[in-house]
Amino acid sequence: MTKDTYTGHRGLMLEEPLLFEQGQEGRTGVDLPEPAAVKSRLGACARGRSVALPGLSEPQVVRHFTRLSQRNYGIDSGFFPLGSCTMKHNPRINEKVVRLAGLGDLHPMQPESTVQGALRLIDDLADWLMKLTGMPAVAMSPAAGAHGELCGLMAIRSKLDSDGQQHRMRMLVPESAHGTNPASAAACGFTVDPIPANKRGRVDLEAFRAKLGDDVAGMMLTNPNTCGLFENDIIELAAMIHDAGGYFYCDGANFNAIVGRVRPGDLGVDCMHINLHKTFSTPHGGGGPGSGPTVLSDALSDFAPLPYVVKDGDHYRLVEHPGDADEKPFGRMKGFHGQMGMFVRAIAYMLSHGRDGLRQVSGDAVLNANYILASLKDVMTAPFGGPCMHEALFDDHFLKDTGISTLDFAKAMIDEGFHPMTMYFPLVVHGAMLMEPTETESREALDEFIGSMRFLAEKAKAGDVDRFKNAPQLTPWRRLDETGAARKPVLRWTPPGPDQQAAE
Amino acid sequence: MRYLPLTEADRQSMLARIGAPSVDALFKDVPEQAYHDGDFDLPDFKGELEVERILRGYAGENLGANSVPCFLGAGAYHHHVPSSVDYLIQRGEFLTAYTPYQPEIAQGTLQYVFEFQTQVALLTGMDVANAGMYDGATSCGEAVAMAMRITKRKKAVLSGWLHPHYREVVETNAHFLGTEIHSEPSDPLTGTDLFALIDDETACVVVQNPGIFGHVRDYSDLAAACHEKGALLVMIVTEAVSLGALKSPGEMGADIVAGEGQSFGVQLGYGGPYVGLFATRQKYVRNMPGRLCGETVDEDGRRGYVLTLSTREQHIRREKATSNICTASGLCALAFTIHVALLGEAGLDRLAKLNHAAAVTLAEKLEALDGVELLTDSFFNEFTIRLSKPADTVVEKLAGKGILGGVPASRMMPGAGLDDCLILAATETATAEDIDRFVSSLKEALA
Amino acid sequence: MIYYSEDHEWIEVEDGIGTVGITAYAAEQLGDVVFVEVPEVGKTLAKGDDAAVVESVKAASEIYSPVSGEVVESNDSLPDVPETVGDDPQGDGWFFRIKLEDESELEDLMDEAAYKAFVKGLD
Repeated sequence: MTKDTYTGHRGLMLEEPLLFEQGQEGRTGVDLPEPAAVKSRLGACARGRSVALPGLSEPQVVRHFTRLSQRNYGIDSGFFPLGSCTMKHNPRINEKVVRLAGLGDLHPMQPESTVQGALRLIDDLADWLMKLTGMPAVAMSPAAGAHGELCGLMAIRSKLDSDGQQHRMRMLVPESAHGTNPASAAACGFTVDPIPANKRGRVDLEAFRAKLGDDVAGMMLTNPNTCGLFENDIIELAAMIHDAGGYFYCDGANFNAIVGRVRPGDLGVDCMHINLHKTFSTPHGGGGPGSGPTVLSDALSDFAPLPYVVKDGDHYRLVEHPGDADEKPFGRMKGFHGQMGMFVRAIAYMLSHGRDGLRQVSGDAVLNANYILASLKDVMTAPFGGPCMHEALFDDHFLKDTGISTLDFAKAMIDEGFHPMTMYFPLVVHGAMLMEPTETESREALDEFIGSMRFLAEKAKAGDVDRFKNAPQLTPWRRLDETGAARKPVLRWTPPGPDQQAAE
Repeated sequence: MRYLPLTEADRQSMLARIGAPSVDALFKDVPEQAYHDGDFDLPDFKGELEVERILRGYAGENLGANSVPCFLGAGAYHHHVPSSVDYLIQRGEFLTAYTPYQPEIAQGTLQYVFEFQTQVALLTGMDVANAGMYDGATSCGEAVAMAMRITKRKKAVLSGWLHPHYREVVETNAHFLGTEIHSEPSDPLTGTDLFALIDDETACVVVQNPGIFGHVRDYSDLAAACHEKGALLVMIVTEAVSLGALKSPGEMGADIVAGEGQSFGVQLGYGGPYVGLFATRQKYVRNMPGRLCGETVDEDGRRGYVLTLSTREQHIRREKATSNICTASGLCALAFTIHVALLGEAGLDRLAKLNHAAAVTLAEKLEALDGVELLTDSFFNEFTIRLSKPADTVVEKLAGKGILGGVPASRMMPGAGLDDCLILAATETATAEDIDRFVSSLKEALA
Repeated sequence: MIYYSEDHEWIEVEDGIGTVGITAYAAEQLGDVVFVEVPEVGKTLAKGDDAAVVESVKAASEIYSPVSGEVVESNDSLPDVPETVGDDPQGDGWFFRIKLEDESELEDLMDEAAYKAFVKGLD
């Protein structure tokens, strides 16, 4: 890049070095009182050397992070059709109420008598989740989707063990599954057996039947699946796995497509996690925190992990130990009681929508996705026929012989001002492009996006390879060297020391 | 409906382009018997004012730690969060971003993750840290799993001073993986002899500093003993502010440090979301769980950051991944990073000293009370006392007087014979008046 | 004589010692190689065991031993210069040498012509 300003800044695009490259010794961004003089009780453990943190004042810190924020694209910035991730609007009332005195400042180990409102909120949220899914129980503590998967699988394992079915170790997982599914199965000691998809993007029923056997523990199925399609044989699949003595784990990542319209309990599901950071709008925050409450069927509910809330008359209490439980909890998955901050945001979102609004959410999400599919299928290639559910899947067939890859196409979308869709996932489609608009987008926003995709598809077919291969060209950073980063990983800032100087 | 932009006219014209008669028709793949009519026993939508009122109703039934003297710790600490932390993490570009898979438009997230990794590495005295885990307890579970991967051994030894929730997470994981966990009994007086428990089968020893009862120890000798047997030392830190006052885990020879980052910038929030810290030695990087951010350059040679070493992770390795973790705790890691940036060396040093001074002051006053015995010899901002009455009834009495007076040890360790033990933490938020009020109220409660 | 497996490994056998690597086709599919792990000398491998690891930015893959035997040499310079795998997969990019336990196992592998036909069938 030509550095044509003295500072390196370019108008509103301001350079910002690392925290560690600025700051002065002795400077600080907090004013704390002089500590009282006391006799140290640190024993032999007092720190001898400095931590080497840089010293910055508050305005410097505020400016630093404000500048960093300006290099990010969020849902607040624009359309974010990242398939499978449900990037919907994050209402600000959620952020307001989670910080209320009496919610934001509760210590998790306060006596029960001082947190009755918090326990009531957890119980009410659980009630919403159980009613919306048609399931009799819910484990609230899992910290994210993958953690909820682990919770469901541990419940299945515990049920099997308690029924003398220790030999059931094989978990059937479709090839189109999220990577977390096989990883969670492995973390619970299961072996993973992949099931192929059929030509319609669904589980191949015959291939599935052939995999059944008396060592099968269960199946992990995403529904709607990762191709954005409803598994229309799902009730039959559930019956088959049950007849074979296994259980049905449903990956609930795509619950936004069916909330208020389909209850997983009516499909034969035994357990399903719900990503509150997807369907119920808690912010993704650049990579979390999430929350993954996991609903459980009657068969599995006794094994729900600790802790959980019980209502005795008007009083709420927390069951935290096996000795206090009437059931057979399989253990504990995380510290304290779950992602309370996400519970508060999620219930604010549910109350804002109500049962009628949530039904409208899934309707609009599915409508928007089908609108994209219908508006692009003549210029891009859709491997499966419609209607789709909440996301529209395309493959890279329309780019054949252009020399342009799915990745190039995605990077050109960045120049168009959009966050790219999910790429190369699901694995069952070549060069997959998975677009999930959510209910958040207006008709105008969709039309602009569709116009842009048609424009890019035409440019690709017209051989305008530069536009794609060199994309993004309009961002402050161009494509980054991921190969170099992986070959010689630099994972932290290191103070310039004598060694380094000698090496240079 | 304020969050839904489509009008009825929009819907109709969109359906016309799709060629479907109705929205319901788009759900034709749903088996008919499973298509719900929407008549749920749940309320209809509400306006913002009404929602806020309902949420205030929940809040009003609780006693918030900011409104009363609070001496609770045991893995979550009542610290002051500077206003700029909470303002900055609510900037939409941070709050509403996804995991930074597209580095060209996520340099903001990536740079702060790189700064977070550096801060955690500096604070713990380790070579490298990851982008964060769910919380301290799950981080501890991952540390044990990682030690078993590295050593190819299947046994872990847990100190009796490890936080019981952390221990339970490790034990739960082990139950399903068929690995062996030896947990020492929880006792505030007898520091157990962990040396004798290390053998050629041991993957790691897990200690916590400060321990659940508040003890601080130098574990250098234990680290050496572990290494002699080919085992790793995993050190847990639940109170990250202590890292500003204590010899670092890295200096003591720890191989993996797992901990809770809540103390920096994250509100108490009834236990979550928090952020797990995870750091290790350079040679073990490829065995780490979780996301890692690395420095690189773009096509123009400009310095930038990317997620790297992703082949360890579930989206590539699937069942062979180092962990199943995907979404972690990005925004809490940002809060941590901003708070530590505000503190700097001078602020951290002072914050740590304030915490220690508050705890020492509290301990000295309590030692002078009849019916109170201090059980923790050396400590940072937390210690355990033995009372002449059951701790849970005393705590209830104190709560009745508007004081959050510690965590009864029996709450987390029932059946360990610790009914009369109370775990107390004092932070910079405890004023001299708070301490005096607590001490006099405790005196009354014990009378 | 060079033999090929369906997992895209090649093995060149000379005096009972086989040199193992990945094929040019596999290297191309993988993209820029960023990390390589080679087996320790002296390790005994059964046919089909995980023997080595090769990773690009977006993919990781195990290298399975095409035959049973004992590892007698590893390409120790490879981890430091992993790009060699892409630059010269069937030459300097070799992974390890194995002393064959049972030469008849080679009969299950393909010769060059058969492998070429196999790869052609994949596209």
